[in-house]
Amino acid sequence: MSDDATTPAIELVGISKSFGPVQANKDISMRVMPGTIHGIIGENGAGKSTLMSILYGFYKADAGQVMIRGKTAEIPDSQAAIAAGIGMVFQHFKLVENFTVLENIVLGAEEGAWLRPSLAKARKLLSRLSEDYELHVDPDARIEDLGVGMQQRVEILKALYRQADILILDEPTGVLTPAEADHLFRILEGLRREGKTIILITHKLREIMDITDTVSVMRRGEMTATVATASTDPSRLAEMMVGREVLLRVEKTPAVPRDVVLEIEGLRVVDEKKVERLRGIDLTLRAGEILGIAGVAGNGQSELLQVLGGMRAAEGRVTLNGRDLPLEGPRAGARFRRQAGIAHVPEDRHREGLILDFHAWENVAFGYHDDPAYARGLLMDNDALRRDMQAKIEKFDVRPADCWLSAKNFSGGNQQKIVIARELERNPDLLLVGQPTRGVDIGAIEFIHQQIVALRDAGKAVLLVSVELDEILSLSDRIAVMFDGRIMGERHPSETDERELGLLMAGITDTDADPTLDEIEANLDLTGQRTP
Amino acid sequence: MDLLTIIQILDSTVRLATPLLLACLAGLFSERAGVIDIGLEGKMLVAAFFSAAVAAATGSVWLGLAAGVTASVTFALIHGLASITFRGDQLISGVAINFLASGMTVLIAQDWFSQGGRTPSLTGGARFSEISLPGATALREGYRETIADGVEPSGVSAIYWDLISGHTLLVYVAIAMVPVSWYVLFRTRFGLRLRAVGENPGAVDTAGVSVVRLRYAAVVIAGVLCGLAGAYLATGLAAGFVKDMTAGRGFIALAALIFAKWRPWYALFACLLFGLLEAVGNRFQSIDILGIGIPTQFMQALPYILTVVILAGFVGRAIPPRAGGEPYVKER
Repeated sequence: MSDDATTPAIELVGISKSFGPVQANKDISMRVMPGTIHGIIGENGAGKSTLMSILYGFYKADAGQVMIRGKTAEIPDSQAAIAAGIGMVFQHFKLVENFTVLENIVLGAEEGAWLRPSLAKARKLLSRLSEDYELHVDPDARIEDLGVGMQQRVEILKALYRQADILILDEPTGVLTPAEADHLFRILEGLRREGKTIILITHKLREIMDITDTVSVMRRGEMTATVATASTDPSRLAEMMVGREVLLRVEKTPAVPRDVVLEIEGLRVVDEKKVERLRGIDLTLRAGEILGIAGVAGNGQSELLQVLGGMRAAEGRVTLNGRDLPLEGPRAGARFRRQAGIAHVPEDRHREGLILDFHAWENVAFGYHDDPAYARGLLMDNDALRRDMQAKIEKFDVRPADCWLSAKNFSGGNQQKIVIARELERNPDLLLVGQPTRGVDIGAIEFIHQQIVALRDAGKAVLLVSVELDEILSLSDRIAVMFDGRIMGERHPSETDERELGLLMAGITDTDADPTLDEIEANLDLTGQRTP
Repeated sequence: MDLLTIIQILDSTVRLATPLLLACLAGLFSERAGVIDIGLEGKMLVAAFFSAAVAAATGSVWLGLAAGVTASVTFALIHGLASITFRGDQLISGVAINFLASGMTVLIAQDWFSQGGRTPSLTGGARFSEISLPGATALREGYRETIADGVEPSGVSAIYWDLISGHTLLVYVAIAMVPVSWYVLFRTRFGLRLRAVGENPGAVDTAGVSVVRLRYAAVVIAGVLCGLAGAYLATGLAAGFVKDMTAGRGFIALAALIFAKWRPWYALFACLLFGLLEAVGNRFQSIDILGIGIPTQFMQALPYILTVVILAGFVGRAIPPRAGGEPYVKER
C-alpha cells in the first residue's frame, strides 16, 4: 500500500481489447484511489468482466497501460497479478469442491514442496485473518459441504492470504440471500477501514448506492462516466448504463384474480440421489395474477418448475382448470403440458430453452414441432417456421432482427426474448417462468416485465420463480417463499419487505425475532446448498 | 488344496498384477490431473516392444528398459500434445495411440527381426532375473530336504521363499510405487496441485499455477509408469515381445482404476484381485463345480468378465475427478 494517499491504487490508461470483430473494451481509463470501494456498473456484455480479466492477467490488452500504485505494471498472467497484490473473487467461485477450506487457501501459495508445514502455517494465518475481518470459516470443512455465502468467504480469504490489497469482486451478491449480502458488505467495509482497495462489479444499482465511494459506468465497451456515488442517484446511473431513460419500477395495476387455474396439493419430489427436493408443496394460482416464488437457488424452486413443465416426475396432486395432470408416466411429458395450456420459460435458457447452435427460426419450433401449422404433409414446413419467427422477432423487438442467426449469436436479453416470444405467443392459460431476467440487460428487463404483466392483464395465470428479490417484489401479486423444499409462507408484496422475505428464505419463520447472522448461516448450511 | 498350491497361486497373482498395477497408477496420475488416458494399452505395448527389441539387440535388459520407457513417454507426449496443447478429444487421442502402437510394433518387429512380428526370445542378461531375498535360498533348501527325508512339510516357509522372495526387480518397484504415489499425491505440493487440476483447473489457473505444465507432468509420469509396465511384460514376465502381448491389460487397468476410485492403495487391491483371477484361470484350466464342467475359456475370461461388471457400475458409484476429459480453456 502506498503511503501517499494521492497516488491511485490502480490506474488504467487507454485500455482496449478486441475479440475478433467485437471490441469489448474501447480506450478505457480509470483511477481508483487506495482505501476506497469503487463500483463498476454496466449491462451484460458492457465489458466489465473483460476489463477485470485484463487486470487479473487472464487477457492481454491490445493497447493501453495498467499502473499499480503509480508504477507501470505488466500483468501477463494471474501469477503476476497476485504478485502485484491483486486478488479476485470470481462470479463462479474458483474452488476445488472436494478439498478442504485450508487446502483451497494454500493451493498455489504453498510454502514449500511438502504440504504439512504449509497447511500448519496457513491455519495460523487463517485464524488471524478470520479474527481481523470477521471472516469465520471452519478450515477443515469441505467446500462442497458449505453454503455459497461461506464459499465466498473462502474466496476472499484466499485473496487476503496472498496479501492482496486490491480486491476485485465480480457480481458477488448474485447467489446470496439479503442477509448474507449485508454481511458481505460489512466485511467489505471492514476491509476498506484496513486500507484495502476494493473494486465491486455489479449490475445492481442499489449495491452501488449502498456501499461504493465512486462508481464507473460502462456501456458497450466504453467507460461512459466515473462519478462520486454521493453525487448521483439510481435513475441517473441506469440512464448512463442503457443510454436512455428506463423505468426501474414495473408499472402495473392491482391484480384482478379470477377462477383458480392451478392447484397443487402435497407435491413431493425425490431426486436421483434420493434427496427429497420438494417436501409437500401446496399452492393455488388464479387467473389474472402473478405468483412469485422467492428463495435462494437450490431450495426446490427449480424442481417445482420442472414438475409443472413436465420435465420431472413427482407425487401429489396437480390440477389445471379443474382437471388432474398426470405426474408420472408417458402422459406427464412436456409435450402434454403444452397441449394442456402450460407454457414454460425455463430457468436455464442455454440448457433447456434453446439449442444455441441452431438458427433462431429452428428454435421457434421447440415444444410445438407437431403443430399442424408447421407441417406440410409429413415434412416440416420450414418456410412457415421462418415466417413465424420473423413475425415474432419483430413483435418482440429481438435484435438483430435476423431469423437466420444462430441462437448463440444473440445477446442474453435477446435470447430470452426469443424464448418468451415462443412461449407467450401460444396464449397459454398458465405461464411458468424461471429467472426471466437472469443475464438480461436493463433495457430488455423492462420489456420482459411488461410482457409478463400484459399476459396477466389478459387474464392468464403466471408462476414466477426468481432469485432476484427485487424482481419478485416488483412483479408479483402474491409471494410464496421456498426453503428446503417447503413453502415457508405467503405474503402480499405491499405487506412485506426484503428483511422479512430474507429471513423466510433462510428458513426462519419467526420473523419478529432478530436472529444473528451465524444462526442464519447455520440454518442455510444445514440444507447443504451449493452453487447451482 | 494344500498351502503350497495356494502360495503358488498367490505368487503368480503378484507377478500378473504387476503390469496392471503400474498401468493403473499411470492412469491414476493422468486422470487425477484431468487427462483421461485410454492409451495405457498402447503405451505398454510400445514399451514392451522396444524394451524387448533393444534388450535382444544389446543383450542388456537395462538398455531395454530405458528404450521401453522412452518409447512410452514419447507416446505420452503425443497424447499430451493432442489433448493438452491442442485441446483435442482425449478419448480419440487415446484410441489413436492404441491403434498406432498395435500396428507399429508388429511392423517394426517384422522389419527388424523377420520372425513374424515378434522379437527373438530373450535369455540371460537380456531379461530381468529373479531376486532372491536374504535367507530365501536356505529356507527353500530346507524345505526340499524335509521332503527328501520323507516328511510332509507345513509349507509355511514358502510364504517367504516363494511368495515374497524370488520376483524380478520391477515387481518390487511396482509395489513400492503404491505408497510413493500416495505420498506424492496427498502429502506434497505437487500432489495437491495435481489433484486440484483434475477437479477444477480454473482454481489452479487463478491461483497462478500453470494448468498446462501440471497436466504435462502428469502425462509424463503416466508414460514412465506405463513404460515400466510394458518392459516388465516383455523382459520380466515373458521372454520377448509377441504381437498384442498386452492383451487388454491397459483396459483392465482402467477398470481397476475405477474400481479403486482413483486411490493408490485401493488400486493395489483392485489389481491384485484381477491378478488373482488371471492366476486362477491359468492354474485351473478346467474344474468341476457340483458336477458341471466349467470350460477353460470361462476361467480365462474371468478378469475380463470382472472388467465388464465393474464398468457397468455394479460396484457402487465411483466419482471420477470432475474435470476429467475436459480440455482447459480459460474463461472469464
